[in-house]
Amino acid sequence: MTSRRRSAFSPALALRTVAAWAVALLLFFPLAWLFLTAFKTELQAIAVPPQLIFAPTLENFHEVQERSDYLLYAKNSVITSVLSTVLGLLLAAPAAYAMAFHRGKFTRDILMWMLSTKMMPAVGALVPIYVLAQKSHLLDTQLALIIVFAMSNLPIMVWMLYSHFKDIPPEILEAARMDGTTLWQEVRLVLLPLGMGGIASTGLLCLVLSWNEAFWSLNLSAAKAGTLATLIASYSSPEGLFWAKLSAASLMAIAPIVVFGWFSQKQLVQGLTFGAVK
Amino acid sequence: MKRLIPRLLLAPAIGTLFLWMIVPLGMTIYFSLIRYNLMQPDQTGFAGLENFEFFVTDPSFGAAVVNTLLLLGSVILVTVVLGVAIALLIHEPFPGRGIVRVLLISPFFVMPTVNALLWKNMMMNPIYGVLAQVWIFFGAQPVDWLTDHPLFSVIVMVAWQWLPFATLIFMTALQSMDTEQLEAARMDGATYLQQLRYLYLPHLGRSIAVVVMIEMIFLLGVFAEIYTTTAGGPGDASTNVTFLIFKQALLNFDAGVASAGALFAVVLANVASLFLIRLVGKNLDK
Repeated sequence: MTSRRRSAFSPALALRTVAAWAVALLLFFPLAWLFLTAFKTELQAIAVPPQLIFAPTLENFHEVQERSDYLLYAKNSVITSVLSTVLGLLLAAPAAYAMAFHRGKFTRDILMWMLSTKMMPAVGALVPIYVLAQKSHLLDTQLALIIVFAMSNLPIMVWMLYSHFKDIPPEILEAARMDGTTLWQEVRLVLLPLGMGGIASTGLLCLVLSWNEAFWSLNLSAAKAGTLATLIASYSSPEGLFWAKLSAASLMAIAPIVVFGWFSQKQLVQGLTFGAVK
Repeated sequence: MKRLIPRLLLAPAIGTLFLWMIVPLGMTIYFSLIRYNLMQPDQTGFAGLENFEFFVTDPSFGAAVVNTLLLLGSVILVTVVLGVAIALLIHEPFPGRGIVRVLLISPFFVMPTVNALLWKNMMMNPIYGVLAQVWIFFGAQPVDWLTDHPLFSVIVMVAWQWLPFATLIFMTALQSMDTEQLEAARMDGATYLQQLRYLYLPHLGRSIAVVVMIEMIFLLGVFAEIYTTTAGGPGDASTNVTFLIFKQALLNFDAGVASAGALFAVVLANVASLFLIRLVGKNLDK
C-alpha cells in the first residue's frame, strides 16, 4: 500500500470511513449482542424494549458450568482440535513436500483426487462411519473425533501446504542438494524455515475448522467426548427461554477461537486461498 | 532411491485418505442395496433399487434438492457480491481500518451451532428478537422469520458466516493489484465503474473462482444451522439433501434408504463441482 499524503479533510475519505465502520458494526452487531446478553439476567435478556444499560452479572457463567460441566466440553474441544491438526499436518506435510519438490507424472491427478474426496458430503459417510465407530467401540471417544476431523481436513491441508511449498524457489533446494545435504538436513534447514508460514496458516485454519465442526461431533459424540459444538446444540431444545445462559455458554464456546482468530488473521488469509491469491 | 523417498512420503496421506474414501463408499453402496432398518431387524435381504426408489419418490426429495441449490446459489451470490463491495470499500486506508477488519472477520470464527442459536433467538425471535424491535420501531408488523421464511433465515445465517471469508480473500487479492495501471486509468479519466469493469473485476476473477469452489465444498453439507433452528421445517421448507439423509438415517433409522440418499448426494456434489474443480485446478497448476 502506497501511503499517499492526503489533505487533512477529504469528503471522499470521510464518506468511506463512515460507510466502512457502519458495515463493520452492522455485521458485528449479532456478536456484540450475544456478548451483552451473556451478562444480563434472564428477565433483562428478553426485556422489551431491549435494555442497553444494565448491571452486568456473572451468574450465567456459573450456571453454565454447573449445569453441564463446560470445562469438560472445552477440554474435549481443545484436545480434539489440536490433536487432529497435528495428525493432519503429520500426514499432509510430507505428502505436500513430495509433490511440490519431486513432481511426478501423477501429481496433478493426485491433488485433484484428494480434493474430490472432500466433495463427498459428510452425510454420505455418516452411516458407515457410525457403524464402524460403534463396532470398534470408538463411539463417543476423542480418538474417533480426532481421526474424523483429521481425515476431513486432510485434502485441504495437502492443497494449502502444496501451494505454499511450491512458492519456495526450487533453486534453493537444488543448491542444497548439490552441497550433498541429506533429506533430513534439507527439511530442517530449508523446508521448515521457508515453509513455516504455510505450515502455520494451514494449522490455524484446521484448528478453527475442527473447533467449530458440528456434524461429526453431534453424531459421533455425546456426554463423554462431546465438544463445545455439542454442548451448544443441547441448548436448542425448547425447554424454555434461557437466553442469558445460552448466551453465556455460546460466548464461552466461541471466545477462545474468535480471539485466536483475531490474532492469526494475517496468516489465515494467506492460507485460506491455497496460496492462489496473492 | 530418488523416486522411493517421495513415494514413501506420499503413501501415508494417500493411503489413509483412500481408506477414508473407499471404506465408507463401499459400505454405503452395500447398505443401499439391502434392507437395513434398525427398527425392523427382521427385515433383511437384497433390496435391489428399492431404497433408491423410496428416497427419490419421497415427497421431501424434490424440495430438498431445490433447497440445497437455492441455499448454495444464494449464499455464494450474496457473499461474492457483498464481499467484493466490502473489500473495495476497505481497500484503501482510513481511520480505524485495523479494527474494522477485526470486526468484519469475526463471524467466520463463530461455530455454526452458536451462529444458528444466536440468530434464531436473539435476532429473529418474533417477540423479543432485535429484528422484531426494529420492525416495531418503524411501525411495521414483526416477522416470524423461522416460521414464515425458514429457508431465507438459514440463508441469512450461512451468508453472515461466510461473508467474512469472501471479503478477506478479495481484500488480499486487491493488495496485489498493479497500482500503476490504476493510476494511469485515473489520469485518463476512467470513471469508477469503468475501473471496476476493466481493472478490479478481471483482477479478482481468480479469487472469485477460489471462493466459489471452497464455499461449494462447505455449503453442500450445511447441517448445524438447520439442525439447531428449523429441523428442516416447517414441512420441508428448509430441508436440504444433507438434512434429509440425516433424517432417514437417525430419525427414521433406515440405514438402507439413508445410504441410497447418500449416494445421491455424492453424485450431486460431484456433478456440481466437476467443472469448478477443473477451472480452479487449471488456475492453480502454475
